Amino acid sequence: MEQNVFQVIWFVLWGVLWIGYFVLDGFDLGAGVLLPKLASNETERRIVYNAIGPFWDANEVWLITAGGATFAAFPKAYAIMFSGLYSALLLLLFCLIFRGVAIEFRGKQNDAGWRSKWDLVFVASSLVATLLLGVAFANIFRGLPIDEKGIIRGGLLYLLNPYGLLGGVFFVVMFAVHGALWVAYRSTGALYHRAKGWVLKLWPVEAVLAVLFLLVSFRSTSLWNNYFKHPFLFVFPIVAVVALILIPILVKRDSALWAWISSALFIVGAASWGLAGLFPNLLPSTLSPKNSLTVFNSSSSLLTLKVMTVVAFVFVPIMLCYKFWVYKTFSGKLTEETVYGEDAY
Amino acid sequence: MDVLLGSRLQFAVAAMFHFLFVPLTLGLSVLTAVFETLYLKTGDEDYKRAAKFWGKLFLINFALGVVTGITLEFQFGTNWRYYSEYVGDVFGSLLAIEATLAFFLESTFIAVWHFGWNRLSPKLHCLAIWLVALGSNVSALWILLANGWMQNPVGYVIRNGRAELESFWAVVTNSFGWMEFIHTVTGAFILSSFFVLGVSAYHLLKGNEVEFFKKSFRVAAVFALVFSLFEVFNGHLHGSEVAKVQPTKLAAMESLWETKKGAPMYLFIIPDEKNERNLVEIGKIPGFLSFLAYHDFSATVKGLKEFPKEDRPPVLLTFLSFRLMVGLGFLFVLLSTLAWLKRNEPEKSPWLLRILLLSIPLPYIACEMGWIVAEVGRQPWIVYGLMKTKDAVSPLAPSQVLISLVAFIVVYTALGIIDFWLLTKYAKKGPDRA
Ligand code: HDD
Ligand code: HEM
Ligand code: HEM
Repeated sequence: MEQNVFQVIWFVLWGVLWIGYFVLDGFDLGAGVLLPKLASNETERRIVYNAIGPFWDANEVWLITAGGATFAAFPKAYAIMFSGLYSALLLLLFCLIFRGVAIEFRGKQNDAGWRSKWDLVFVASSLVATLLLGVAFANIFRGLPIDEKGIIRGGLLYLLNPYGLLGGVFFVVMFAVHGALWVAYRSTGALYHRAKGWVLKLWPVEAVLAVLFLLVSFRSTSLWNNYFKHPFLFVFPIVAVVALILIPILVKRDSALWAWISSALFIVGAASWGLAGLFPNLLPSTLSPKNSLTVFNSSSSLLTLKVMTVVAFVFVPIMLCYKFWVYKTFSGKLTEETVYGEDAY
Repeated sequence: MDVLLGSRLQFAVAAMFHFLFVPLTLGLSVLTAVFETLYLKTGDEDYKRAAKFWGKLFLINFALGVVTGITLEFQFGTNWRYYSEYVGDVFGSLLAIEATLAFFLESTFIAVWHFGWNRLSPKLHCLAIWLVALGSNVSALWILLANGWMQNPVGYVIRNGRAELESFWAVVTNSFGWMEFIHTVTGAFILSSFFVLGVSAYHLLKGNEVEFFKKSFRVAAVFALVFSLFEVFNGHLHGSEVAKVQPTKLAAMESLWETKKGAPMYLFIIPDEKNERNLVEIGKIPGFLSFLAYHDFSATVKGLKEFPKEDRPPVLLTFLSFRLMVGLGFLFVLLSTLAWLKRNEPEKSPWLLRILLLSIPLPYIACEMGWIVAEVGRQPWIVYGLMKTKDAVSPLAPSQVLISLVAFIVVYTALGIIDFWLLTKYAKKGPDRA
């Protein structure tokens, strides 16, 4: 019984880490996806890079921590999921390698050809990484063919089913809007207007994809079951819908920060919707419910869960405090001089 | 290709490549913090320029440290599925704690430091680099406690068909992990101070910014000497710990085939693994191996033949790597003593400067050799005495592993070349004008 309590706590914390990752790395991935559309010259490109500059690396740590927490709290799920999704995961990791290197290296050589090559790497890796994240999570929601030995019978191509691809495209558009809002928040002039324009252009696509995803999930997944059992859960999709509707309203009023916050809330609502529907599964099996990985059959021992809970409850709040301070200190509007300074990308 | 072999090679490539960047992060963050603190204390602009100059090199190096670490975090799951399932209850939490405590700290404050020169007060800015140094060294502690547990598993029980945590305290106070931590971080400080000495030597030889580089040289010379001496001492203690908990590794490190009371040490050995003997043994020091391992000239040291063949690690590789590391360790004591003696007027000893410039790669080699001793010497076990490497590997298709292995090698080689080229470029360029 006590163990079940901690297993549920860790499901929630696991969800929080993934949601934190989507909200935070989401905007810098999205800025990467949209870079060629947003920026029309070198100065504007620099503004985009420096808009995410102080944050992207620490944002990626959410992914590392989500991975580490999966390992610590649900080792069996970590083992089966990561070995079963081998090719997709390694592709994602290579994208993240290229992306990190592109951001760091592009400004290290004063040569337009050098920079444009790294720009290409940055855009492509941001796009593929985002797509893969969406495909992966859609497939987790839908379930994978896990057999009784815990082997996933299906490779990279299996993941590219229509529902998986829908998830991928949805992630790309959602992050692109999120990224454009962040760039709008940190820029002025032509770049600001272009970013705003792209938010308004992409928003209808985002809304259509969101609705489509919710509807197709009725057919392709069992995510909605929990909602009919526990109607209070409907607060998640409702938050998502309200936040989504607010985005264009706030953008038109030129409050980019609030629009970004509502986009963040939309991501929180949408991801919570999926994860709450998933519970108690971490990875359902499409072959037999007996083979599904759940928080109850994949978790660590009670002692490990307790140790990890103490660590999380002490250190995560501290981390949130200093991260909040960093965002406050480093997210003013960027100007032309600041991005040509010695301490800019 | 065999999935096991491919996965081992892939892990080795990924870990060793990661460790090309890790030690400089560990040590140069501290040195940069020292320079910035000296600036705050003395108001000498040269120290501020030193913090900026070495900090820039730090950032270029850090970039690859980060991206190569991410792949490692996930490789336990991708390639070592049964390992992750069997010991994840104990091992996973150490990785998660590392991320929560250390990675957030270092990745956040490195950005604060990088972008904060004009935005923060000098004191706060200096605090940021100290937090980066703290974060990276704390990360080393947790990952080495994780590795220490694989070397010497403690604090667990076998329950529910897996190793479950029984005492978290035993795991975090595992002396083997702490020994690894002390030894590895000391090695990283040696590497970083030789890096600073070598780059400074380059500029001193050219007569660039002589006053500036003399200051860096002086700080690094003190660091190099202190840590080189300490490394030999703690390396020796580390060896005695290995003798106690991993007798097969010790026997392989010394290429000792027969169990002997009062085992001698030979200065020069050529192992002959096939025939289970040494082809050549020259320079006998009687009883010395027993003394080093157990602080007793007549203690018994177990030889490799004591153990079944399938439980022995590869001897030649372990032996040679160990010898090379130890040899380099003594060389660093010599070189850093010279650097320390000449620290006030290094520009007057061009021969020493030339040697120091050429020595930049040596501590890198020592660190990599150390890891080969630790990891190859642990074979065939993935967790010593508890789980064999061959039982740990994921059920993958050989083609999957082959493709990813080739991708790792190609991508890492290319990125490594670009990164070291950039590092050289910025190192040669020297500090910005005052
Ligand atoms: C002795 C130290 C040491 C050792 C043995 C390892 N690492 Fe490491 N790692 C570091 C010391 C370090 C560091 C100094 O903290 C790094 C290096 C450069 C950097 O940015 O941080 C780092 C970065 C780093 C990152 C990126 C963190 C970030 O984004 O800030 C990850 C995910 C890992 N490592 C994971 C691993 C794993 C899974 C290892 C084991 C196989 C491993 N490291 C071995
Ligand atoms: C906490 C840190 C580390 C852990 C948990 C760890 C764990 C492992 C694992 C799981 C393997 C695969 C099994 C095997 O083939 O032996 C391995 C192999 C290896 N690791 Fe590590 N490792 C760590 C750090 C490192 C580092 C930093 C290096 C070097 C830079 C390194 C070098 C190697 C090598 C060379 C092998 C291949 C040995 C062989 O297959 O014969 N390890 N290690
Ligand atoms: C003369 C001095 C030295 C001695 C006696 C010594 C001893 C040892 C021993 C016994 C191990 C294996 C421990 C294990 O199995 O886990 C080891 C590992 C290692 N050594 Fe050394 N060492 C010396 C010098 C150095 C130097 C100069 C460096 C680097 C600059 C270095 C870097 C390492 C590293 C990175 C490891 C792997 C991590 C670990 O196990 O601690 N060592 N050393």
